[in-house]
Amino acid sequence: MSEISPQADDVLVRFSGVRKTYDGEVLVVKDLNLEIRRGEFLTLLGPSGSGKTTSLMMLAGFEVPTEGEITLDGRSIRAVPAHERGIGMVFQNYALFPHMTIEENVAFPLMVRGLSRDARSIKAKEALAMVKLDGLARRRPAQLSGGQQQRVALARALVFEPQLVLMDEPLGALDKQLREHMQMEIKQIHKSLGVTVVYVTHDQTEALTMSDRIAVFNDGVIQQLDTPNGLYENPQNRFVANFIGENNTLDGVVEEILPNGFCRVHLTDGHFVTARAVNVAGVGARTSLSMRPEKVHVEGLGPSHVNRLMGTVKETVYHGDHTRIRLAVAGTLDFVVKMRFRPNRPCPTVGERVAVAFAAEDCLALDAAPGESQES
Amino acid sequence: MSENPLKARLRRAERMRQLKAFGLIAPLLGFLLIAFVAPIASMMLRSVHDTELREVWPTVTQRMDDWTDRKAVPDEATFAALAADIKSSFADKTLATAARRLNYDMRNGRSLLFATARALPPTADNWTQAVISANDRWADPETWGAVKRASGPFTSYFLLAALDRNRTAGGKIIAQPPEEALFVDVLKRTFVVGLGVTLLCLVLGYPVAYLLATLPPDRGNLLMILVLLPFWTSLLVRTAAWVVVLQEHGLINNALIWLGIIDQPVRLIYNQIGVYVAMTHILLPFMILPLYSVMKAIPPSYVRAARSLGAPPVTAFVKVYMPQTLPGIGAGGLLVFIMAIGYYITPALVGGAGDQLISYFIAYYTSSSVNWGLASALGAVLLTATLVLYWIYNKLVGVDGVKLG
Repeated sequence: MSEISPQADDVLVRFSGVRKTYDGEVLVVKDLNLEIRRGEFLTLLGPSGSGKTTSLMMLAGFEVPTEGEITLDGRSIRAVPAHERGIGMVFQNYALFPHMTIEENVAFPLMVRGLSRDARSIKAKEALAMVKLDGLARRRPAQLSGGQQQRVALARALVFEPQLVLMDEPLGALDKQLREHMQMEIKQIHKSLGVTVVYVTHDQTEALTMSDRIAVFNDGVIQQLDTPNGLYENPQNRFVANFIGENNTLDGVVEEILPNGFCRVHLTDGHFVTARAVNVAGVGARTSLSMRPEKVHVEGLGPSHVNRLMGTVKETVYHGDHTRIRLAVAGTLDFVVKMRFRPNRPCPTVGERVAVAFAAEDCLALDAAPGESQES
Repeated sequence: MSENPLKARLRRAERMRQLKAFGLIAPLLGFLLIAFVAPIASMMLRSVHDTELREVWPTVTQRMDDWTDRKAVPDEATFAALAADIKSSFADKTLATAARRLNYDMRNGRSLLFATARALPPTADNWTQAVISANDRWADPETWGAVKRASGPFTSYFLLAALDRNRTAGGKIIAQPPEEALFVDVLKRTFVVGLGVTLLCLVLGYPVAYLLATLPPDRGNLLMILVLLPFWTSLLVRTAAWVVVLQEHGLINNALIWLGIIDQPVRLIYNQIGVYVAMTHILLPFMILPLYSVMKAIPPSYVRAARSLGAPPVTAFVKVYMPQTLPGIGAGGLLVFIMAIGYYITPALVGGAGDQLISYFIAYYTSSSVNWGLASALGAVLLTATLVLYWIYNKLVGVDGVKLG
């Protein structure tokens, strides 16, 4: 969790009942209700077309909500044009003005605010120093590398000290190493300035490393709003479980609801499994079980591992610190187990029959996949 | 021989590549040389090369090189040579050629030559007196100056004439009297019309190109077809259509009278208005297309970034969008301007007598008065002026900044 612990009631931005359609038929955003707290790093995560970018654009003022209200600092911004919202924005393609030098780019928000030339220059230099680009003030954007351009874009979005900064997939065009480096740097700047950041990405790793909270979007609806840890450990539905991190899925029917929030599930191949009842309708309802690959053990039946299924090894891939084992288990061919490397334990070979075991605690009973199991 | 074999091999490979590249452009290069470069070069040469008089008056033109004291008439031998040339060319019926050439540069040159030819005695002791008594204009050094200037083989006469300048017998360059000056005004008019049409095209074309570049593709295509429509009809047809629309009892005048805005038809054609309207209409696509291609390449995120950074729409447009369209403005402007100053058909059909551009005079001297020297000189002046403007433009904007597609 972040060092800045925002007060839950200190809300900077509030979406209430926001809906958006472009063609009058399909809702890109369906009934969005979201509170963004002052000083937090909130990520809108989702596949493309899930409505996350549209939501960001409505907040920035480039799209108008078809219905509903967005408030910034308690005031509705429906009638406030984009340039009066005082929101800094960083774009995926950087959007640095090619006909201006780096310093002119960074000084642009100050120029339109009528600051004097000297004040502009001083502030722009400070902002460039913050992103460690002091020496490049006279260059043109085209002379900079992608990473440097992104830093300039960052400096430009921060130089006028906005209370809210929006970032639309800002690292999408960078290579992996640079992306990871920039993630750290953006996080660092966020911490030191205390600015509120709304960050849009489709990269779940990026979202997990950077965010205080993540809103997972799908189909124009927020599926879950939680901390990175909460999303990974306690996904509330099948989509979130599959989208965040790696996941194994087994389909079944709820047989019995147990006390303490557990349930017994009858798998499609006849086995029974005990799972945490996170999102199930009741006895007789179809459900989708979710297990993280690192929480499943091969032949390591411990005291808590109440669930035990037999499987056939299809493939093993050596990863150094762990081995990925793909098995055919309970009707699925894609059951993945991450086996941590231990010196005295041999890796099972392809074709071998092994037992996979997992705790009831680590097996989540979620909403069923639509359609699929009904047909089979 | 000590050369590194790798280098030699690389060079051989490179040479093969260059030969192939040359082979690909060779047909076009040959065509251009024969059909474009050679004729233009020979026309340009005609603006300074002048052998008409030399061919019919071989002796006297030769002697003109020895005439150094331009304040006095030449010596007896030159007069004798003149008399001999006039007689022989009169007999060969080539005197008219000499008369036409001298007429470019002096008044009544034709009557002077034929009167002299008829009055010359068969023989004379003193040809100076005989020629002057045949026609006393031969006592004027200026008359001899004209002969001298027409003697060739190279002359600055046509180029000077194209700039309304002339040489005295003494070789000084003087301006033509105002009533004879013509081409400087025509040249000025050509550039003013070119500039005006370019500005009109920019003002009318910029918003259209902007709309085209920002519309979704399906509606953009329809508008694009409307823009390109003029390209698909003949230039002559479009110009003729403007005559129908703009004439005294044409569509516009009738409509204005019917609406009661005017009582009398307004003169819209055979004057500058007609020239501007028709040329702007015809050249508009050449402005819109380069602008469109440049605008299409500007992502909307630039203006959005400017807006989010606090720029009101107009500021964002002027400070961020417009500077990025400069290459398109440059390309479209250059294209329209260069095409406009060479325009012939449209001003000839919809302009009045006083609205003709320089190409009209080039055509006139080429085909009607067959003064190819002057036609070439006018062409050379137009070409030079265009190149100078292009050079200035390059200094200001940089041709690298021009984007045609």
